[in-house]
Amino acid sequence: MQKKQNTYILMTIPALALFFIFHTYPVLQGIFYSFTDWKGYGEWNFVGLKNYFNVFQDRRALSAYGFTFQFAIVSTILVNIFSLLIAMGLNAKIKFHKTLRAVYFMPNVLGILIVGYIFNFIFAHFIPDIAQSLGINALSKNILGDPDLAWIGIVIMAVWQAVAFNTILYLAGLVTISDDLYEAASIDGAGPWKKFWAITFPLIAPFFTINMVLAMKNFLMVFDHIIALTGGGPGQSTESISLLIYRGGFEGGEFAYQSANAVIYFIVIVIISVVQIRVLQKREVEL
Amino acid sequence: MRGKTNWIITTLLMLGSILILLPLYLTITIALKTPQELSKSLLALPEEWRFQNFLDAIEITNFFNALINSSTITVFVVIFTLLTNSMVAYAIARNMHKKFYKFLFYYFVSAMFVPFPILMLPIVKQTSSWGMDNIAGLILLYIVYGLAFNVFIYVGYIKSIPKTLEEAAIIDGASTWQVFWKVIFPLLAPMNATVGILTTLWAWNDFMLPLIILSDRDQATLPLVQYLFQSQFSTDYNLAFASYLMALAPMIIVYIFAQKWIISGVTKGAIR
Repeated sequence: MQKKQNTYILMTIPALALFFIFHTYPVLQGIFYSFTDWKGYGEWNFVGLKNYFNVFQDRRALSAYGFTFQFAIVSTILVNIFSLLIAMGLNAKIKFHKTLRAVYFMPNVLGILIVGYIFNFIFAHFIPDIAQSLGINALSKNILGDPDLAWIGIVIMAVWQAVAFNTILYLAGLVTISDDLYEAASIDGAGPWKKFWAITFPLIAPFFTINMVLAMKNFLMVFDHIIALTGGGPGQSTESISLLIYRGGFEGGEFAYQSANAVIYFIVIVIISVVQIRVLQKREVEL
Repeated sequence: MRGKTNWIITTLLMLGSILILLPLYLTITIALKTPQELSKSLLALPEEWRFQNFLDAIEITNFFNALINSSTITVFVVIFTLLTNSMVAYAIARNMHKKFYKFLFYYFVSAMFVPFPILMLPIVKQTSSWGMDNIAGLILLYIVYGLAFNVFIYVGYIKSIPKTLEEAAIIDGASTWQVFWKVIFPLLAPMNATVGILTTLWAWNDFMLPLIILSDRDQATLPLVQYLFQSQFSTDYNLAFASYLMALAPMIIVYIFAQKWIISGVTKGAIR
């Protein structure tokens, strides 16, 4: 019996050690440095909470938070609307079922950075080109070059890429709903709208929760999209929090300061995830 | 209701799929055009297929080198993730009633909520001072960082495997190692497929970790090569798109052949 326990310990200890060294320890270091003025090299002193206060007064940081939230909220909502619609479509009695499913799921296997470069070209040349030949002035300029509109371009690309994954999840939920329920509802005279709100939506509520939380969490960490589409510009209008931490930390000598920013970012993500799970799960129970 | 094709929805979905396919169509056609042709019409098919773009892109980006790097990383990460993460999860799943393993489970799983930027700056310092700013270091990091999510889904799956098979093996004199490798690991096949697929997608497409960890350009992965290439030769779109297409192609080809498993694998992975 003791031998068996030793084996289990042997199975987990190396993983625990490596995980601590390469994950937990750097996290603790990050938190530690956030209370210092370390630039990433040379000497350092403790500065207490100074970095934290400064983040809250930093225009650039605040605008990064503003942009990231705006982007994440809009993208999460759009992704969930589109993926639910597509999943319901794919779950209906359609022709070319397998081909359509394969097409709609494909963006999920494509790397975000390269998809971003392709969309960069679409926004910079393809859309303006088409718009000009059709005489639509509003679209004849590259929206990524406009500080007020660039974020929309990022949303479009992010939604295009992310819908695939969320569609898979919704479809997994939809196939578990029995046809009998819809037939019974039809006999009771329920229309499509009524069926959706009374049957479909309540029954896929757990999938709605997962999708909202995962999408929001992923979008709050947006990085590759920005690098490929705008590099944070024009100006700093599309600089996300991840990008700011990366740039400030590695290129701007703000190691300690951006560590404080990362800690705040961490707390924000945890709070949002927990609140989302709480609120959405409460809804699941009520229904 | 039953058996009748809904043509309205079919048509809508077909129209919608144009939005998915258009960017890919553009990528393929632009990769095959000449710059002069590109300036004429963006949507048209190439008049003659110009494969020179691919040859040039291969040379400039050192494509095969990056392909080998990406493949090496992905293969090693997937193999070691399957072998080690499943083992850790097994030990945890069979001992969840003990405090230590319960703690271990929540310790690993809680890491899913830690955003990468919080450890990004220290991990770069750490890996470079330990001489791990290379492919080997990157492989190790992927295996370790995968633990959080993989332990979560493996443990859920292992708990649903009845213990009777293991008990029979133990009576026959098998050690815990033998039980794991001969009884449990083969039973994990569906979960191994899921973890394998998700890990492949992650290791192959990830951009941030190679960007910050790798210091030697010769070790760059396919996404990283596109990034380095973009900042130098951004104006030649034909060349750039040939390069993008070659970087996307391996995954698209795998997807076309393994589409069924990929979809079901992703589904299983995401729903606990």
